[in-house]
Amino acid sequence: MKMTTADVEYVARLARLELTAGEKELFAGQMDAILGYVEKLKGVDTDGIIPTSHAVPMENSFREDIVCPSIGLEKALANAPERAGSFFAVPKVIE
Amino acid sequence: MKYQPVIGLEVHVQLLTDTKIFCGCSTKFGAEPNSQTCPVCLGLPGALPVLNKKVVEFAIKAGLSTNCSITPRSLFARKNYFYPDLPKGYQISQFEDPICQWGWLDIKVDGEETKRIRITRIHMEEDAGKLVHGELSGPGDGSGVDLNRACTPLLEVVSEPDLRSSDEAVVYLKQLHQIVTWLGICDGNMEEGSFRCDANVSVMPAGSSTLGTRAEIKNVNSFKFVKQAIEYEIGRQIELIEDGGTVVQETRLFDPDSGTTRSMRSKEEAHDYRYFPDPDLVPLVISDQWIERSRQELPELPEQRQRRFTDDLGLTLYDAEVLTSSRALADYFEAGVAAGGNAKAIGNWIMGEITRALNDSGVSIEACPVTPGQLAELLKLIDIGTISGKIAKTVFEEMWKSGKTPQSIVEEQGLVQVSDSGAIEGIIDEIMAANAGQVEEYRGGKEKVFGFFVGQVMKASRGKANPSVVNELLLSKLKG
Repeated sequence: MKMTTADVEYVARLARLELTAGEKELFAGQMDAILGYVEKLKGVDTDGIIPTSHAVPMENSFREDIVCPSIGLEKALANAPERAGSFFAVPKVIE
Repeated sequence: MKYQPVIGLEVHVQLLTDTKIFCGCSTKFGAEPNSQTCPVCLGLPGALPVLNKKVVEFAIKAGLSTNCSITPRSLFARKNYFYPDLPKGYQISQFEDPICQWGWLDIKVDGEETKRIRITRIHMEEDAGKLVHGELSGPGDGSGVDLNRACTPLLEVVSEPDLRSSDEAVVYLKQLHQIVTWLGICDGNMEEGSFRCDANVSVMPAGSSTLGTRAEIKNVNSFKFVKQAIEYEIGRQIELIEDGGTVVQETRLFDPDSGTTRSMRSKEEAHDYRYFPDPDLVPLVISDQWIERSRQELPELPEQRQRRFTDDLGLTLYDAEVLTSSRALADYFEAGVAAGGNAKAIGNWIMGEITRALNDSGVSIEACPVTPGQLAELLKLIDIGTISGKIAKTVFEEMWKSGKTPQSIVEEQGLVQVSDSGAIEGIIDEIMAANAGQVEEYRGGKEKVFGFFVGQVMKASRGKANPSVVNELLLSKLKG
């Protein structure tokens, strides 16, 4: 498998990253090396093994349905780049 | 050419928990924007989600009530995309191992055979925030984001493309709506978005087994709109194909004002959600004992109750369906029967007078001023001949207004039915004497005049004469 700059552009777009031509070349090579390494795993027989979803063997961590205080409007909006009244303000979204 | 529509529904059911799915913020509707938020639902770095146990319990109940298998070990996954109402840049949902799978609902469209609609899966997920447009006091003409709704628990119920008409889709949707409200896990309010539906619609040539390309229609928030949107979309796709075009796979928005659907350009680009297990949430393991306990806790479901109403109480299927349209109505009916009322009569009164009065006054059955016990007493008064069915309606109106018992109203207003044949005979004699012409007509064979005499006698007795006694006596006297 050979990663191309087009592949890099595709994932960069999904992550909303803007890359220079040099970066695209650089990352294509690095991603190729990573995927090549992962490719080796395909040779291992994994029949009957449940795919690992978590590194720690833990299950069923719950909370009860009891209301806890929220942090409040001012704290919630404290890091907002822009606000409009009680709202986070964002560029117009048209559907 | 004839075309066969194919429809699958994705229904989002907002759960009636007090708190959000992964944090303790309140889910109460109508609070000031962004006031019900915390680091978890704001998506602040380092915040960790913890699963609300009640969401799992509700999901299991929904699954058991729709004939699903409960997945012994299920996972949460991240669905990655960018949108301003999604603070983390991903939605926590379930992907490969949803909590419920392989269920079904049996539906019946009027005049057709019962049909099984398969349910592919039910999964748990968090809702996104809410975007508001054009009502901001702040800068520019941007949009506003309210994250109170972010992280609110949802179930997504996905059907197989087994529906073949807009009528089937509506019946399926109503049945699902009835189940989740009956279970008390959703308030079912479609206008506020607590129960919302996306429809996947395609058409294929009749007799074909290859599905056509589908369009996904969003924003259909009433049963009426579901029907309208699907029918419009079927027509649009057929027309497109007939004109030599092809249907493209896309998301379309239903516009209730025009009854049409239109392409959502903003969502046109192909999605690549890159689902992967959320490392912040550990696997959910549901034991057989847990499932069994949930099964024990399930209320008697509408279908089972209908069967009991028809088989044990002798109601018609239609009446049983109407009386189980909500759990509260079915409870009211059963309380009336338990208080000694005749099932058929109680049913008729609920579907007639009570429903009419509730509608007229905009009151729900839960707040009905006439209790089931009082209704049963009223019907007993008819049964034992104290009042006629006609007088009962007057008494009912008074019960509704004053909350008094039927006995006290009958006594106070002197509404006791006159069954004494002597008194009724007296009235009949007077009326026959005053209407000699009609008496002759009747005796000459014009039997329709009989109704006139009944009316006159009832009027003269101010409705209190026992109708069956009146009929009997009139008949013998007129035959003379």
